[in-house]
Amino acid sequence: MSVLTPARSSGQSARTRANFSAWANRHRKWLFAAPAMIFVGLLIVFPLAWTLYLSLTDSQGSVRAASDFVGFENYLTVLTDTERFWPAVGRTVSFTLVALVCEVVLGMCIALLLWRPFRGEKWVRVAILLPLVATPVAVGMMWRLIFDPNIGFANQLLGLVGIPPQPWLSGQDSALPTTIFMDVWQWTPMVVLILLAGLTSLSEEPDEAARMDGANAFQRFFFVTLPLMMPTVIVAILLRGIDALKTFDILYATKGKGGGSFHEVETLNVYAYGLSFDYNQYGLSSAVLILFFMIIIGSMWLLTMRKKAGSK
Amino acid sequence: MTVLHENTESQTPASQRRGTARRRKPLRSSGYKVFRFAALVAVVLFLIAPLFWMLLASFKTNVDIYDAGKSFLFTPTAENYANVLQRNNYFVFIFNSFWVAFVSTALSLVLGVPAAYAMSRFTMHRSALVVLMARVIPGVSLLVPWYYVFSNLKMVGGFEVLILSHMFVALPLIVYIMMSYFDSLPVELEESAQVDGLTPIGAFRHITLPLSVAGMATAGILAFIFSWNNFMFALVLSGSKTKTLPVAIFDFVSYASIDWGGLMAAATVVTIPIMIIALFTQKYIVSGLTAGATKG
Repeated sequence: MSVLTPARSSGQSARTRANFSAWANRHRKWLFAAPAMIFVGLLIVFPLAWTLYLSLTDSQGSVRAASDFVGFENYLTVLTDTERFWPAVGRTVSFTLVALVCEVVLGMCIALLLWRPFRGEKWVRVAILLPLVATPVAVGMMWRLIFDPNIGFANQLLGLVGIPPQPWLSGQDSALPTTIFMDVWQWTPMVVLILLAGLTSLSEEPDEAARMDGANAFQRFFFVTLPLMMPTVIVAILLRGIDALKTFDILYATKGKGGGSFHEVETLNVYAYGLSFDYNQYGLSSAVLILFFMIIIGSMWLLTMRKKAGSK
Repeated sequence: MTVLHENTESQTPASQRRGTARRRKPLRSSGYKVFRFAALVAVVLFLIAPLFWMLLASFKTNVDIYDAGKSFLFTPTAENYANVLQRNNYFVFIFNSFWVAFVSTALSLVLGVPAAYAMSRFTMHRSALVVLMARVIPGVSLLVPWYYVFSNLKMVGGFEVLILSHMFVALPLIVYIMMSYFDSLPVELEESAQVDGLTPIGAFRHITLPLSVAGMATAGILAFIFSWNNFMFALVLSGSKTKTLPVAIFDFVSYASIDWGGLMAAATVVTIPIMIIALFTQKYIVSGLTAGATKG
């Protein structure tokens, strides 16, 4: 008897374990995927709903303070704000577009240079990796010293070739281009890596066929390699574009709150951050964020549409 | 007849030419070689020089930094580093950064690897999109509600909230990389393991997981780097005890009017550990950054 009882109970637990394992195996699809999805969902869906709600109130000061429902007033305020909002939209768009064009063109040139094997390849690869992993805030500080109008190396270099010192980051018109330059320095390597991966996976046949037909290097690039690389180029644009739209670290590290005293580098992200955490205008900043979010989703949708159209 | 004849005639030289073309070298002129060498040197200089300048400045006194004559020739001093590491308590910040990056990466791997596996094997593209949305949404739009909830829960300033927010950066990255890794692993391996008597989950544990160690290393290293470098979440959600390195450098600017030598030493201290990790794990980082890129 005393022997039987534990035996039965262990038999039972073995059966429940077997049942559970059969159940787990049957439902492994959701068992595996659900925890990550729930985690991300909780951290996204609720906050987005909250932001949407806040954007319809006049919440400010403390998030906890009672706030009134004001309907679309915040959106109206934001959309008619030609002093901060629209310039910020303009800067976001020009920052992203100029940085993207420079990064993709430069990235393609560098990727073509690295395409065929050469001596010292390893060292070039190290050089390409370093900006990519460097901490963006530290990179911002580093450029701040280099572009300092009085003691910076950039102006020392210009002095050597007889060009007068430039204000760089401190100039009202030159600050945004200077930050674009920093973004290009840090992220062109990423485009190079993606394009290089695409180039090395291309088949050689079309290029050789064109070579035999007597096409020169430029013709082969523009009429053979580039069209074949288009899907990879679009992936690079998509990945880089999303991050360029959201650039924050370098801008905040080099120019501080509000994107500088004249808001020279205030993009939508910097503007929204400032409204939320420097000025506590939660209602207004939420409206800005919802609009920003729509811009991002919209541009991604446009790009993926183009990608689908291109691959047909 | 003539057409046929021409074809057969051109076949031999064409295949020969294809053979040499694959090696490519004989076709390149020496002019191109010189151009390529010069261009590569320019690229490397452009990428390395600013970092080198930061490193140089971190060994200069502030007087030397202001002296254009001492750009390259100066007496190096370790004073800035002593200052940063001792007086400003950087060892604590280094530990904080490391701990947050390590724990958030480890937890994201635990959540992300099975998820990526399921999403890859059952082609759950719409579910994958939910996780990848986290890459697209601007962080600020989530920070306001997070800040509200977490400060009500008295969690702001603790490690948990920082780790959670960094997981939010790491998880989508891991899912994205691991999905393309699992896509490239043949299903047949698991199927044959199941024929041999393993359950589907057993096949995942005993066959697929050991085979994907390289993929997990790639995803983990990249997640660690992005978490280490993250600035915005830590700027809002860290407290005085949990401050991470990027936020600590930023503080450096605000209190000292700008102590360039110290600032460059601080910037070097943040950047060096991550660069050393990157140098030793190059292969993984490159494969992670280009994951899925060539599928178009």
